[in-house]
Amino acid sequence: MSEMEARASGAAPVLRNVLVGLMIVIAIVLQLSVAPAFAVRGVTPDLALLVVLAVALTRGGQAGLVTGFAAGVLLDLAPPADHTAGRWALALLIVGYVAGRVREGSINHSSQGRPSAMTVMATVACCAFIGVSIFAVSGLILGEAPLTLLPTVAISVGYDLLLAPLLIPMLLWLLGRGDL
Amino acid sequence: MSLLSPRPSERLRKGLDQRKGPKPPSRTPRERLNRRGSLETKAVSGPKRSWLIALILCCATLATLDQTPVLEPARTAVGEALSPLETGAAMIARPLTGVPEWFDTRDDLRDRLAHLEAENSRLRRQVEVTDYGRAKLAEYESITRAAEDLGYALVPARVTAHGPAQTFNRTVTIDAGSAAGIKSDMSVVTGDGLVGRVLRVTKTSATVLLIVDAASVVGGRVGGADRGDKHSGQVGMVRGSGVVAGQADSGLLSLDLVDQTAAPLKGETVVTWGDGRAAPYVSGLPIGEVTDTFASVRDSSRTVRIKPYVDFGSLDVVGVVVPGDTLSDRAVVTPEGELR
Repeated sequence: MSEMEARASGAAPVLRNVLVGLMIVIAIVLQLSVAPAFAVRGVTPDLALLVVLAVALTRGGQAGLVTGFAAGVLLDLAPPADHTAGRWALALLIVGYVAGRVREGSINHSSQGRPSAMTVMATVACCAFIGVSIFAVSGLILGEAPLTLLPTVAISVGYDLLLAPLLIPMLLWLLGRGDL
Repeated sequence: MSLLSPRPSERLRKGLDQRKGPKPPSRTPRERLNRRGSLETKAVSGPKRSWLIALILCCATLATLDQTPVLEPARTAVGEALSPLETGAAMIARPLTGVPEWFDTRDDLRDRLAHLEAENSRLRRQVEVTDYGRAKLAEYESITRAAEDLGYALVPARVTAHGPAQTFNRTVTIDAGSAAGIKSDMSVVTGDGLVGRVLRVTKTSATVLLIVDAASVVGGRVGGADRGDKHSGQVGMVRGSGVVAGQADSGLLSLDLVDQTAAPLKGETVVTWGDGRAAPYVSGLPIGEVTDTFASVRDSSRTVRIKPYVDFGSLDVVGVVVPGDTLSDRAVVTPEGELR
C-alpha cells in the first residue's frame, strides 16, 4: 500500500497524467460518437463520468477533482454540446470529489488498499446520480430546462451501473499499470 | 485517529511537497516511507478545500463567460480537435453500432414492415388528394365568403352531374335536395357569382338550370356609377346564348335593356334584380361584366354582351340561397359567414 502510494505520488507523474488525459479523451470521444447507438430512450452511458470515478478511486480526491474538472470542461466544449459551459465541469468535479472521499474513507477504515466491489458499485450509483442530477439541476437553474428530469436521471444511473462492472475493473487495472 | 490534525511541521512539509510537485532530490523515498508509515492516516487525507472551492468558482466563471461569445474560440478549438476523432471512432465502431439491431426478432421486423406499408399507402393517398382537397377547401371558403358578401344564407352543395351538351340544355345536378331545405326556383351561386336557379328537387338532389342555358332569363341591372345626366342601374333581361363550346360567343350572355337608348360601358357589372326573398332570383347577385354593346338596326334594339363571372366548365362547390331560418340536414352558411 504505502509502496504504491509512494510510486503514485512520486514516479513518472507526466506519464500518469498523459495516461489519464488519454483515457478521458477516448472516453469523451466514445461517449459522443459511439454511445448514442446504444442509447436507451436517448440516454447514453456516461463514460467520462466512469473514468473520472476510476481516477478518483485510485488516485484520491485531489486527482479526482482536477480530472473531473478537466473532463467536464472538455465535455462542455466538445462539438455537439450547446449548453452553458461549466455544467458538466461542475458535475464531474463533484463526482471526482465524492469518489475521492469514498476512497479515503474506505482506506482509513479498512486495512485493505482497494475499496471493495460493493463499495465501488455503491459509489458508481451515487456518483452517477449526483453527476447527472447536478447537470440537470444546473440546467434548470440556468433556464435550459430539461422536461423530464427523473426518468432520465434514473435511466442514466441504471445504465452507468450496468456498465460499471465491465469498465471499472478495466479502468482500475489500466490506471494501476500506469503507476508502474 | 483519522481525526487527528497533522502537526504544524507536518502540514508545512506536506504543503511544501505539493507546491514543489516532484520531490526535492535531497529526500529519498525511503525517508518519506518511514514517516508515512508512522502517520499513515495523513497520507490519504482529503483534497484541499481550496482546490474544491477554486474549481467550483472556475465552473461558475465558465458559465458566466459562456453567456458572452468569449468561449466560442475555445469551443471551435475543441471541436477542431475532437471532430476527426469522433468521426474516426464512429467509423471504426460502425459494425458495433448495429449490434442492438441483432436483437430485433422477425416478428418485430414484420410488424415494422406492416406498419410502414400502412403508413406509406396512407401518405401516398394523402399526396394524391392534396391538390383536390386544397381546391375543395378554397371552394368552401369562397362559398362562406359569398354568404358573407351577399348577405344570404347558403346551403353548400356539390355538383354531381352535368347535363350533356347534345340536349342543348345547360343543367347540372347538385347533391342537395329537399332534405337540405332546397325548393325549386331558388338561386344558386358560387363565390364568383350567379350560377342559375333550381328547376326541380328530389329528396337528395336538385337540378339547376344554368344562366347560360338558352331558356334562362334573369332580370339584370347594370350597376355602374352615375355619369352626368344618365343614371346608372338600367334594367333588362339577361338571356343565355345556349351556345355550346366552339363558337366565338360561347358561354356569353346577352342583356336586352328596357331603355334602348342607354349604353352601358365595357367592364360595368351586371347584378340580378328581384325582391330579395322570393324566387326565382334574389337581388344583388353578380352575374357578369359587360364586354361589348351593339345595336341591331333591324329591330332597333340594343344588345349588350356579358361575360359571366362564373366558370361553368369547372363548377364544383356551389351554394343555394335559402331563407335564413331554413331547416337543413346539413350545415347552413349564415350571412355572418358561420356554419349553423
